[in-house]
Amino acid sequence: MNKLNIVQSKATVIFKDNIDTDILIPKNYLKSTKRTGFADALFAPWRYDEAGDPIPEFPLNQPENQNHKILIAGENFGCGSSREHAAWALQDFGIEVVIAGSYSPIFYMNYLNNLKLPLKLGRMEREALIEEDSMITVNLTEQTVTAGTLKFDFEIESVYREKLLKGQDGIEEILEYLDLIEKHEREYAK
Amino acid sequence: MQKTLFDKIWDQHVIVSKDDKDLLYIDLHLIHEVTSPQAFEGLRLKNRKLRRPDRTFATMDHNTPTVLEHRDFIEDPLSAEQLKSLADNCAEFGVTLFDMESEYNGIVHMIGPELGLSLPGKTIVCGDSHTATHGALGAIAFGIGTSEVEDVFATQCMWQTKPKNMGVKITGVLPDNVFAKDIILKLIAENGVSFGTGYAIEYYGDTIENLSVEERLSLCNMSIEGGAKFGLVKPDQKTLDYIADRKYTPKGEEFENFKESIKDLVTDDESLFDKIIKLDVTDLKPQVSYGTNPAMTVDIDQPFPEIKSVEDQTAYDYMDLKPGMKAEEIPIEFVFIGSCTNGRINDLRIAAEVMRDKKIAENISCVVVPGSMQVLQKAKEEGLLEIFEQAGCETRMPGCSYCLAMNEDRVTAGSHCASTSNRNFEGRQGERSRTHLMSPYLAAKTAIEGRISLE
Ligand code: SF4
Repeated sequence: MNKLNIVQSKATVIFKDNIDTDILIPKNYLKSTKRTGFADALFAPWRYDEAGDPIPEFPLNQPENQNHKILIAGENFGCGSSREHAAWALQDFGIEVVIAGSYSPIFYMNYLNNLKLPLKLGRMEREALIEEDSMITVNLTEQTVTAGTLKFDFEIESVYREKLLKGQDGIEEILEYLDLIEKHEREYAK
Repeated sequence: MQKTLFDKIWDQHVIVSKDDKDLLYIDLHLIHEVTSPQAFEGLRLKNRKLRRPDRTFATMDHNTPTVLEHRDFIEDPLSAEQLKSLADNCAEFGVTLFDMESEYNGIVHMIGPELGLSLPGKTIVCGDSHTATHGALGAIAFGIGTSEVEDVFATQCMWQTKPKNMGVKITGVLPDNVFAKDIILKLIAENGVSFGTGYAIEYYGDTIENLSVEERLSLCNMSIEGGAKFGLVKPDQKTLDYIADRKYTPKGEEFENFKESIKDLVTDDESLFDKIIKLDVTDLKPQVSYGTNPAMTVDIDQPFPEIKSVEDQTAYDYMDLKPGMKAEEIPIEFVFIGSCTNGRINDLRIAAEVMRDKKIAENISCVVVPGSMQVLQKAKEEGLLEIFEQAGCETRMPGCSYCLAMNEDRVTAGSHCASTSNRNFEGRQGERSRTHLMSPYLAAKTAIEGRISLE
């Protein structure tokens, strides 16, 4: 698994609230039994026209926005279905950090579980970053976002920060407590 | 120490705590074909076993054709592959599967309660955001992602940060023809699509006590549309009557012991909630959504609101509607009755009662999809399917169907659909489909009247 600490990139901006998982990856792309191959599906309903051709104005289609690792969005990002495909599609496209005002709780965990960072910043801060429009540096150890002369602190639960920094496999982390799990099963969950 | 219902169940399942997260033991893991294949693949890649196949149950629902004859040969090769890989994975890892042939097949959130798998006091997860449905029985039930599905496969546990507690107090007698669906839509319309984010919601108050268990299931189902991963109702006598004698419910003396074990499952005092939201339903009207998220909902007779944001503008454009219009002006062409929100027997009874000895309007096609085989069977026995068919509706085999249009069931592009499902996102019921969420009662009325109307 890949650790995550410092991410440096310009940002793609899709500054809308309530971007739901049906927009991030519509259901017709969910029929894979694999975890990869979703990059082309990301934002499909907004990215392609009815004939399936890319819509030039849509941010993901603009040449200067290719290879960005950061996406700036509005509030309640990733609401809707629990499909982890939304996180995989972002990851496949190369987005390692989403900067939004808030997240749906299921998406938040899904993105973290793929060792990617769902970063929370207030509206004013995000607007300033968009306005600045320059290289952004996200530093997880220091919990800062910097761009040009801007510098913002962000909050993240300490355990999730550690998980990203260590690049930890969730299952191994749980199996450290195997004897306690077995004890619980003997006592309560036969 | 005094605790909320949620905290009591949670605390009983914590294996260990580390910083701000708890390792939770999961009593029941429900799976379906869409969100499980990558998790099974993960187990195989690392040579891991599925720890408790006896606590894991599978169904096929999202991709299954609802037209019986289409089940023998599923045209979409990707759908077919997902269904087959679920069957193969269940066989390989020893998981009980209710496939399309099974008399217990159905939408995952239908079959848990129906089979007595989902029980009060339990922790229940599923790779599906509407898992809070099962919380209606007094359980902690929540949707998880595929990485978490894999964690639960391998360990029967998962890390979770404990949410805060919100009490949603519903009081008053529901007016005629107003239902749990209207309550939850109203709550979301008033409080927004993320009022529950970070919270577990307990629904309580005299209205909730008077709701049937099936209505409570519809209510908890849509907690996620209000942003909450968890929604629950305290178990009471109705809950016990509901779960008694189901396939997997403990029997005889074991049931007595089970009853004993859950008798303390109540919130000891209202003041324990971190936040309380109240709604008096005495004058509640039937609700209809007009936009592209569930908060874009109005009372049936209320004009659609003004445009206040880009999002509103986008929604009106997408729906081809305007502020000031009313629900009765929406050119409905399609009615869908079904889904894990409103595909239960009581929902079908209500809809059938509206349609008895009537015909649906000429401009309308209406499809009724029971949520499970057991509901289908019952609807047949009670003569409900006959009523629907005589009215001119099509009745189908169970599945998610038009709720998300992942199988072959699609609302035609541009059409407005009166739907008893839970999401009205862009394209949810098929490309460029336009969804209007409502209760089964109003959906059935709409089918008969040809427009959204109570007259
Ligand atoms: S009926 Fe709809 S909401 Fe329910 S599980 Fe199926 S797709 Fe999801």
